[in-house]
Amino acid sequence: MTTVQETTTAPAKGTRFTSAAANYLDERTSISGITKELGRKIFPDHWSFMLGEVALYSFIAILLSGTFLTFFFEPTMTQVHYDGSYVPLKGIQMSAAYASTLDISFDIRGGLLMRQVHHWAALLFVAAIGLHMLRVFFNGSFRKPRELNWVIGFTLFILAMAEGFTGYSLPDDLLSGNGLRIIDGMVKGIPVIGTWTSYLLFGGEFPGEVIVPRLYSLHILLVPAILVAALGLHLLLMVINKHTQYAGPGRTNENVVGVPIMPNFAAKAGGFFFVVFGVIVLISSFFTINPIWNYGPYDPSPISAGTQPDWYIGFLDGALRLVPPGLEFVLWGHTWSFNILLPMIVVGIFIVAVVLYPFLEAWITGDKREHHITERPRNAPTRTAIGAAGVTFYAVLWAAAASDILATHFHLTIEAVTHSLQALLILGPIIAYFVAKRSCLALQKKDREIALHGYESGRMIRLPGGQYHEVHKELTDYERWRLVDYLDYKPLMVRPDAQGRISPMQRVRAAFSRWFFEDRISPATRAELESGKEHH
Amino acid sequence: MAQHDSEHDIAAGSELDTVAQRAVSAGTAVAVPSGAFENPGSPPDRVRATDLDPKKEKTAERRVGGLFLFSIAASIFAIVAYIIFPIVPGNLSSVRLNNLFLGLGISLALISIGLGSIYWAKNLMKDGEWEEHRHPTRGSEDTRAAAAEVFRLGNEESGFGRRTLIRRSLIGALVVSPLPAVVMFRDLAPAADPVALLKSTVWDANVRLMRDPANTPIKASDVTLGSVFHVIPATLANSAHYIEDKAKAAVLLMRLKPEDLHVSADRADWNYQGIVAYSKICTHVGCPVALAEQHTHHLLCPCHQSQFDISHEAKVIFGPAKRPLPQLPITVDSEGYLIARSDFHEPVGPSFWERS
Repeated sequence: MTTVQETTTAPAKGTRFTSAAANYLDERTSISGITKELGRKIFPDHWSFMLGEVALYSFIAILLSGTFLTFFFEPTMTQVHYDGSYVPLKGIQMSAAYASTLDISFDIRGGLLMRQVHHWAALLFVAAIGLHMLRVFFNGSFRKPRELNWVIGFTLFILAMAEGFTGYSLPDDLLSGNGLRIIDGMVKGIPVIGTWTSYLLFGGEFPGEVIVPRLYSLHILLVPAILVAALGLHLLLMVINKHTQYAGPGRTNENVVGVPIMPNFAAKAGGFFFVVFGVIVLISSFFTINPIWNYGPYDPSPISAGTQPDWYIGFLDGALRLVPPGLEFVLWGHTWSFNILLPMIVVGIFIVAVVLYPFLEAWITGDKREHHITERPRNAPTRTAIGAAGVTFYAVLWAAAASDILATHFHLTIEAVTHSLQALLILGPIIAYFVAKRSCLALQKKDREIALHGYESGRMIRLPGGQYHEVHKELTDYERWRLVDYLDYKPLMVRPDAQGRISPMQRVRAAFSRWFFEDRISPATRAELESGKEHH
Repeated sequence: MAQHDSEHDIAAGSELDTVAQRAVSAGTAVAVPSGAFENPGSPPDRVRATDLDPKKEKTAERRVGGLFLFSIAASIFAIVAYIIFPIVPGNLSSVRLNNLFLGLGISLALISIGLGSIYWAKNLMKDGEWEEHRHPTRGSEDTRAAAAEVFRLGNEESGFGRRTLIRRSLIGALVVSPLPAVVMFRDLAPAADPVALLKSTVWDANVRLMRDPANTPIKASDVTLGSVFHVIPATLANSAHYIEDKAKAAVLLMRLKPEDLHVSADRADWNYQGIVAYSKICTHVGCPVALAEQHTHHLLCPCHQSQFDISHEAKVIFGPAKRPLPQLPITVDSEGYLIARSDFHEPVGPSFWERS
């Protein structure tokens, strides 16, 4: 046992150091096992799979730029007299938070750049998460075994918005102060606990002197810690479940077709990180974001017209604007502010519906199998239509946050804009639902047509009888497979159970199932193709 | 999509060669009909120009190297820009130039690395598609049995299921243990009751109305028709809680023609010759209602577009707010300066549970 045979092959050119380092690490960490498992893991390729990557990479840009900012930002509301480089505010009394943000912008080289990188990256982060969620939704990539990862991803979306809002409030400028004022008003509108919740949150009456340091703790410690943990879990589950892939020749539910992490995916994804980061810095070099020096320090009395939150808070603000008038009353000696509660309830139901959707759909289909092939949106018409309705609902709320801007830019009255958006909030999703559903079914029919009869070649021929005819070109087997490889469900038939009864739950499920699959279009089959050929 | 290669009702993703095939419900999925298309298998790999032509391969290699070298140059440029574009105090365009050139250098350096890597992967790294088998997510039956055994042993050796006293008392202790942490949040806010604070402001009888932010008193004669004054109380300057008090005490002052004012009987003496003062804090969620329309006597909240009609005691005429803006009763003192007759007669600002 004294001699251990060391089999060393002469390292190839340029790998001497790498192999020595790898050997050193492995003898202390047994990392070779992980490398062996993951190093050649296959990742499928599709542009839409990059949306999640954009989110991840902009998050890294946020962490890096945010760390730089913490070195200079003073998270206190101690009142100081500004004595920095920005002349218009010289001598004005303001909080140390606001003054240090001005210093970062005007006295520290690269400080403004890092602030803008931080803010632009945050806007991109939430946007990329949103698009990534839409991708996953419309592809049905939330189906078993990925339901839990949908919930984790959804949590990340909420955490990202929380990070955004807490960070937005830190500079203690007029705009973000009014944002906090709105939060205070909303919290106070909550029955029973509202007044005390606001009182505890602000450490006394609004605005108090502690909200900035408190939000700072949340913004740089608590929320990022939870976010990083959830992100790690999200990626870990993605590795365990392996990535989904689009239907295509050679791709099945039992394999993954793509490129290996080492070296191809690593080069592409790593390169993409630098592109995303670089583009964020590029935007930040050219375009100003959140010019807090224009707003001035927070003061409860002034406000500027056309106040807007960051884009991802817009749907909440819009919900507050669209609520019908007069929804506040006194009952049993207490004030019920349904003008605040109703928007919160509606948005709350919307959010809960989003997070629960995978479980609802799984219950309707009853399908307990694993699904690794992403569905094209057209091949799940009802889901796509529900998604379109949801997107429209969100979009109207979001547009409502800019109702005053819409009114001034298009020379309309604010009343007309508000009433139109109120109507659109109800009608828009219904219209979107039917348009999306019909479009999906039409596209499916078109796919069937192409799969069975080929596509129009543009070549006209004249038959001996004088009849004109356009030659259709048949698809290759590879092309056709993309069009016909999708799941087909039929509506659930209610059948009595062993006791001869039909439970009400079963009836509900059957109704949902009919709603989903009644007008389905089945994939084209070889039998149809062959019988079609016989006719010609 | 187990139907690709199986017409049986088996778990998608299960290996066909496992010993015991588990039947997993396919729900209402339609079984693949016998005449369905079959998966044609992977298409042949496409061949790239760089695979065929060594010259093109060499060019591609130079391009990647060129991009990486350019990145180094851009990074150095960023460092140079940091030094040669300093911030000159008071000079905004120096800030802009520093931001622009530093950012440009950094972004070009990053983007070049990115584009170089992607170009390398796409044109020079081995091309094609690899295939990897998917295993069912569910652990193998052996693993699951072993895991169940771990729990069984854990339970047996500890008696967790058997010793109900220990189990229940432990669960109880764990549930109660976070409660001190909840209680400890009480001192996030001061001891005073928030409800009393929310119901009063620093306005009081004989307190002068002052211009905000100049803090100068206002003569009734200064308030001409159509003008709007942003007002704070004279006592605010000495307040220990300046910003909290201002958040409740901010007032808008304007003069209307007495015939335009619709005054209810109990507020007959709250205005002074058509000069009225209303809380500036919106009764919806508390934004300052700062936009006044001269001709219509309407006030507009820029946050959520509630509108208040000053000629009708600030009643709500549009938007989510329900309650009118509270009115501050005013008069003039012996020197002709506007003063408050009392505090507001109701709480200002957004509604809260204990308000009524």
